[in-house]
Amino acid sequence: MVTLVQSIGHSTLGYVHELGKMGWFLIYSFYMVARRPGRAVHILKQLRFIGAKSLFVICLTAAFTGMVLGLQGYYTLTKFGSEGMLGTAVALSLIRELGPVLTALMVTGRAGSAITAEIGIMRISEQIEALETMALDPFKYLITPKLIAAIIALPLLCAIFDVVGIYGGWLVGVKLLGVNPGAYFYEMEKAVVWRDVFSGFAKSLSFGVIIAWVGCYKGYYAGHGAEGVSRATTESVVLTSVLILIWDYFLTSVLL
Amino acid sequence: MISLSNLHKSFGSQTVLNGLDLEIPAGQITAIIGPSGEGKSVLIKHMIGLMQPDQGRIEVDGESILGIRRSQLNRIREKFGMLFQNAALFDSMNVFENVAFPLQEKTALSKSEIRDRVISALEDVGLKNVEHKYTDELSGGMKKRVGLARALLLNPKIILFDEPTTGLDPIIKRAIHQLIKDTHAKFGFTAVVVSHEIPEIFDVAQNVAMLYKGRILQFGTAAEIRHSQDPVVRQFVSGSLDGPIQMV
Repeated sequence: MVTLVQSIGHSTLGYVHELGKMGWFLIYSFYMVARRPGRAVHILKQLRFIGAKSLFVICLTAAFTGMVLGLQGYYTLTKFGSEGMLGTAVALSLIRELGPVLTALMVTGRAGSAITAEIGIMRISEQIEALETMALDPFKYLITPKLIAAIIALPLLCAIFDVVGIYGGWLVGVKLLGVNPGAYFYEMEKAVVWRDVFSGFAKSLSFGVIIAWVGCYKGYYAGHGAEGVSRATTESVVLTSVLILIWDYFLTSVLL
Repeated sequence: MISLSNLHKSFGSQTVLNGLDLEIPAGQITAIIGPSGEGKSVLIKHMIGLMQPDQGRIEVDGESILGIRRSQLNRIREKFGMLFQNAALFDSMNVFENVAFPLQEKTALSKSEIRDRVISALEDVGLKNVEHKYTDELSGGMKKRVGLARALLLNPKIILFDEPTTGLDPIIKRAIHQLIKDTHAKFGFTAVVVSHEIPEIFDVAQNVAMLYKGRILQFGTAAEIRHSQDPVVRQFVSGSLDGPIQMV
C-alpha cells in the first residue's frame, strides 16, 4: 500500500516538475522574444519552413474539408428546405472551428515534428552545447525564430485554409449540387461577422504558440540517441495535438 | 586559472565526481586521463558551466561560475573555446558558415574581414579549399580541425579539448596532437585535454591529472605521471590487465 502511494506521489511530482519546466520554457521563450528576438534572416527562414512549405498540404486539406462540408451540409439542409444557407454553414464551420484546428493539426504533423527532430538531433550531437560554449543563448537561435514564425504563419495559413475551404464547399454545393450561387455567398456575407473572424484568428494565433512551444521543448530536452529523438518527436506530435483540442474547447467556450 | 574544489556530482545512484580538487595552471597544456566512464567529459563540462555540480566550487580566474546569472556566465565563457568529442559542428551549415558563425554573432566585422579571418583560421589548422563542404562530407580528422578552427577564432584564453583524437587513425591522431602543440605555442592559451591516448599524450601535455573513482588520484608533470609508482596510475599507463583497476 505504502509502495503504491509512494509510486503515485512520485509520478505526480514528476508531472508537476515537467509542467513547471514547460511553463518556465514558455515564459523564457517570450522573454527572449521581447529582449533578443534574433536575426530577421533566421525568422524568415523559419517562416518559409513553417508557413510557405505548409501551403500545399493546407490547400489540399482545406479544399477537401470544404467539399465534404458542402456535401454533408447540403444533405442536412435539404431536409429543412434551407440549402440556400449552405454557404453560411460552410463558412462558419471553417472560420470558427475547422480552419484553425485543422490548420494547426496539419502544421503539427508537418512542421512541429520536424522542429522537435531538428532540435533533438542538435541536442544529442552537442550542437546546443557548442552554442552555449560560444556564450550564445541557444534560445535566440533555435527557439525564438520558430516561435515568432509560428505566431505569424498560423493565422495566415488559417486564412488561406478558410478561403480555399469556402471555395471547396462552393464547388460541391453550387457546381455539383445546384445550390444558387448568389444565395451561397449572400447568406454567408450576412451571417459571418467580425467576431467569428476574430475567434478563428485568436485560435490560430494561440495554436501557433502551442506548436512552437511543445515542438521546441520536446526537442530541447530530447533523451539519448536516435531513440530519444524518435520518442521526443512522437510525444511532441501527440501532446501538441491533444493540447490544441483542449485549448480549442476552452477558447470556444470563452469566445462564443 | 581554473580551480575546482570539493566537486561532487552524481547521476541517480551513480557517483561520478566525489570530492574532486584540481587546479589547472595558466598558459600550459594539462591532460586529464583515466579509465573510460570515470567522468572525464563530465569534469570538463563542469569547467565551462555546461553541467552543474551537486556540491563544490568552480572558479575561473578567481570568479565563481556557480549560482551566477546567465549573462555573467556568458561573460566568463567568452574566455573559453571548446573542441567537442564529435566536433559538434552545425550540420545544417557548411565549413565556412560553421567557422564564421561566432564572428558573425559576436563581432561587427565586415563580410570580407570575416572571410579573411575564416580562411586564415582554416589554414592554421591545415585546411584549404574545404569552405563549401558540408560536415557530412568531411572525415573525422577534418571535422576535428574545423572544430578547432572555430574554437580558436575568437582567441580564447582557455581551450577545452574533449577527447580530440577518439576514433581517428594513428597518423591523424599524431597530426591532431601536433596541431594542439603548434597552436598552443602560437597562441599561448591554457589547454585542458581529456584523453585516452597513452603514451602520446605525455608528449603533448606539460601536466597530467589522473582521474580515478571521482577524484584526482595524482597530478604532476608528464614525466612524473609516466614514471608514477602509484599502482593504479602505473597500471593505467602500462595498459596492464592486472592491477587494482578492474575491468567490468
